Amino acid sequence: MIFAPTPSQTVGPFFSIGLPWPAGPDAVAPGTPGELTITGHVYDGAGELVPDNLIETWQPDPDGRFADLYGYGYEAGPSRLAGFRGFARSGAEIGDGSWTVRTVKPGPLPGLGGAEQAPHIDVSVFARGLLHRCVTRIYFADEPEANGRDAVLRSVPADRRETLLAVPTDDGYRFDIHLQGPRETVFFAL
Amino acid sequence: MSDPQDTPTSYVREPEGTHPALDSPEYRSSALRHPARPLLYLPQDVTEITGPQLGPERVTEGDHDLTRQHAELPIGERIILTGRVIDTDGRPLAGTLVEIWQANAAGRYRHGRDDWDAPLDPNFSGAGRCLTDEHGRFRFITVKPGAYPWGNHYNAWRPAHIHFSLLGRAFAQRLVTQMYFPADPLFAYDPIFQSVRDPAARERMIARFSIAETVPSWAQAYEWDIVLRGPGATPFEHAL
Repeated sequence: MIFAPTPSQTVGPFFSIGLPWPAGPDAVAPGTPGELTITGHVYDGAGELVPDNLIETWQPDPDGRFADLYGYGYEAGPSRLAGFRGFARSGAEIGDGSWTVRTVKPGPLPGLGGAEQAPHIDVSVFARGLLHRCVTRIYFADEPEANGRDAVLRSVPADRRETLLAVPTDDGYRFDIHLQGPRETVFFAL
Repeated sequence: MSDPQDTPTSYVREPEGTHPALDSPEYRSSALRHPARPLLYLPQDVTEITGPQLGPERVTEGDHDLTRQHAELPIGERIILTGRVIDTDGRPLAGTLVEIWQANAAGRYRHGRDDWDAPLDPNFSGAGRCLTDEHGRFRFITVKPGAYPWGNHYNAWRPAHIHFSLLGRAFAQRLVTQMYFPADPLFAYDPIFQSVRDPAARERMIARFSIAETVPSWAQAYEWDIVLRGPGATPFEHAL
């Protein structure tokens, strides 16, 4: 490390001037087979909604391939799913504390040491009042076997794993984020 | 920029104190919005070392010039804002998306929830985007934003700043921050700026005036380099 990193600052209020755009919440092209919605609310330590939240998600396609232009040493190669971006940004600041992205369920991935990783989505949480992003992962409650083998999930104390599980709904999944409090979401140091 | 040999397979873990503490009591809004429990260790695997590359979808011609988005020029001091996006090893990040947003010259944001009694400028929206060139360089044309009051404490004013969002090339490199202007007297009183405890680290959020980039009879320039974390020591196992 020759140069020191630039420090983070809060995304602040009013970020919707610059960051969201109409297609931002779409990690897949509209009409992609298997398209689903992941939605939830963000809560603070008093259980109040956080209306000025910005959520970003990053994931592979159902075959475990990423929409990444760079060679990253991962033998699967880039995604072949038409219109797949794998990245979504929800940040409308519409005031009800909700967030929503449209995507497809990610496939499993090879993991460190030859183990398989359960399907998951990486998440960055930004908000006014957060001086640095919080990183978490969405796993899927309807993948109990894969989840039971996942090294990252297994590293999380059993009584907190549930905070990382998206729950099936009629059109996808629900994933609430608790920044603080008794149901505080597990956040990671990356 | 897409040479696999040049693509990190892990990213350095940033030293304690690089970023502000999430619990920074002087910044009141952080009180109920910071995780109270320790962060858990996340190994860097393929999801973390890959990342979105938003290019033409997000940037169109002229998006870098915030003074040319309306019929007339905005009120205020026109400035050039340029610099490089590099990693901690000094390698330029080419083709990476830089997004900025800011208040107008009077310190007012074009946002329905900004209720400060300062004028909106019909010729200024306050958002810009560009992709870095092959040297990692970005360049914006804008107006210098004003300081503005906020409710954090008695007589609280934010120093003039421009919000920056960087995607880098990997999820691990994502950064949202703010750029400040040199020698602002409000630095000493701003809990967001001061949330970075190390004075040397605070300096890394301040642009410098650049006579070299200043265009005669047109606009003064400020230069600011952004450093995202670079390759770590441990190679990603799939790459071996």
